[in-house]
Amino acid sequence: MPERVAVEARRDSLLLNLGPSHPAMHGIIRVMVELQGEKILNAELEIGYLHRGFEKTCEAKTYFNLLPYTDRLNYVSPLINNLAYAMTMEKMLGLAVPERAQAIRVLMSELSRVSDHLTALGAMAMETGAFTVFLYMMKAREYLWDVIEWTTGARMTTSYIRIGGVRADLEPGYRERVALAVKETRQVLKDVHGLLDGNKIFLNRTRDVGVISREDAVSYGWTGPCLRSTGVYYDVRKARPYLIYDRLSFEVPLGSRGDNFDRYLVRMLEMEQSLRIIEQVTAALPPGPARTGTGVEPAEAIARSRRKREPRPIRLSPTLEGSEADLYPGLVAQGAGFAVPPKEETYTSMEGLISHFLFFMKGRGLHPPPGEVYASVEGGNGEVGFYIVSDGSDRPYRLHLRAPCFHLTAALEQMVRGALVADIIPTFGSLNMIGGELDR
Amino acid sequence: MAEDLTRVLTEKFPSGLEVHSNAPGDEVIAVGGAVLLEVMSWLKEGPLEYTMLLDLTCLDERPLGRGLTMVYHLLSLRRNHRLRVKVFLAAESPAVSSLAGLWKNANWLEREAYDMFGVAFAGHPDLRRILMYEGFEGFPLRKDYPLRKRQPRLKERVPDA
Repeated sequence: MPERVAVEARRDSLLLNLGPSHPAMHGIIRVMVELQGEKILNAELEIGYLHRGFEKTCEAKTYFNLLPYTDRLNYVSPLINNLAYAMTMEKMLGLAVPERAQAIRVLMSELSRVSDHLTALGAMAMETGAFTVFLYMMKAREYLWDVIEWTTGARMTTSYIRIGGVRADLEPGYRERVALAVKETRQVLKDVHGLLDGNKIFLNRTRDVGVISREDAVSYGWTGPCLRSTGVYYDVRKARPYLIYDRLSFEVPLGSRGDNFDRYLVRMLEMEQSLRIIEQVTAALPPGPARTGTGVEPAEAIARSRRKREPRPIRLSPTLEGSEADLYPGLVAQGAGFAVPPKEETYTSMEGLISHFLFFMKGRGLHPPPGEVYASVEGGNGEVGFYIVSDGSDRPYRLHLRAPCFHLTAALEQMVRGALVADIIPTFGSLNMIGGELDR
Repeated sequence: MAEDLTRVLTEKFPSGLEVHSNAPGDEVIAVGGAVLLEVMSWLKEGPLEYTMLLDLTCLDERPLGRGLTMVYHLLSLRRNHRLRVKVFLAAESPAVSSLAGLWKNANWLEREAYDMFGVAFAGHPDLRRILMYEGFEGFPLRKDYPLRKRQPRLKERVPDA
């Protein structure tokens, strides 16, 4: 079947295809444009190249097992996806998360938000010729991801924020790492402001390009920095404060024109606010319980417990950290049935082994009451929401993701109509389309 | 708030609408398919100002003895309020009127619901698959679509001469 843009094409116009595999089409997306000279008369987007049946897959997994799939939605800020899913489940189960875990979640969300904005702007700047900015921003992102890797054990596939809390405590010495990351990011932000804010090339490509009105942005369901660049004040962290956001002081930067430059600037200013939040949280977060000794490997723990009952407390090697029973009170909501049983019990006692299997076996584990729930958090691109319907079994009857960049990308056809071919690239870049989240 | 909303809505639409509140933290109303467009345009343009269509999706409840259900999430930016609207559709050839004339993102969202569930949206300007490809058989998010079903290989597309 021919594409809509080809059917509607005028007689003497030129059809041009950008993508699906094109260096500026981050991920895989196809833009077909109808041109008159360099002017775009009509445009059509084709998406779905990265569709992998996220929702269908999740409906076949248990509530606990589907968490790693959420990492792969917005893969630049997986922790925020984890958080959105975990908070939806907590709303469904009515769980109260411990204070310490909430603070850690805020810290992780903000680190992710900054890295998300850095990636978006770095790519956008690179495509408008400012390669230096890209390199600087990737450098800053590495410092942030160091903290994330140090805490979660992974850079992108984190699966760290779990239903009821977080998987592990922060590493000792995280404060120095966070301080270093904040310092380096601040420096990069200062440099980038200097490189781009008054840069004629950048301004020509972004100022008054890709303009969207306030009404259209709302009508397209835009959220996040892109909506705020048009001057609409809506931030989930302020509108429906979750975690400890209502006790932190930060501002929500707004734009006014709704063009590419405003989207750039709002993201830049938001990063500064996120750094403020990170500093407040690290200053207020009490240090966790001190750890002593090096711990034993699981194999050794099993071997020891075969001979005689292993005396408590036992400490496992750091590869399994976060699963110690004495750390759970600060990190995971109390109550049975939704957190992984402590690993040292699993390895050293029969009862622990049984509770481990009762948690992971098919048909066991988490059984939320029947009902439906929607909850959302502020992601890098806007409101990340999960709509989950439970029928009382151990897996979701329906799981739907409200992907913010689906709504953003839907507006691109309208935004580039009447513009020049070259305008597609910065406009598309400023929307920060993320394939994993768009196509699910 | 729940009582106010109930009162306002039942006064305005005495028939074809009922108010549920079974979900934690969210107001839920169920609307008859015949009055959907009327109710939605009043919710958007009326005093409640639900200016944003936050989300639109579908539920296949046929295994539970019902039909398909459309689920809309509306957001009022001024009142900072979220509302869930449900429309119950028939199990066989489900159809409902399109909201593409009210909200611009409904165009793509309804295409996705059509793609995944086979809901026909009356009045949609461009109803075709969005995530799956042309020539895909069946509707993958329906409960009777097997998880691991394989699709036949498509014929090679011959470019127009």
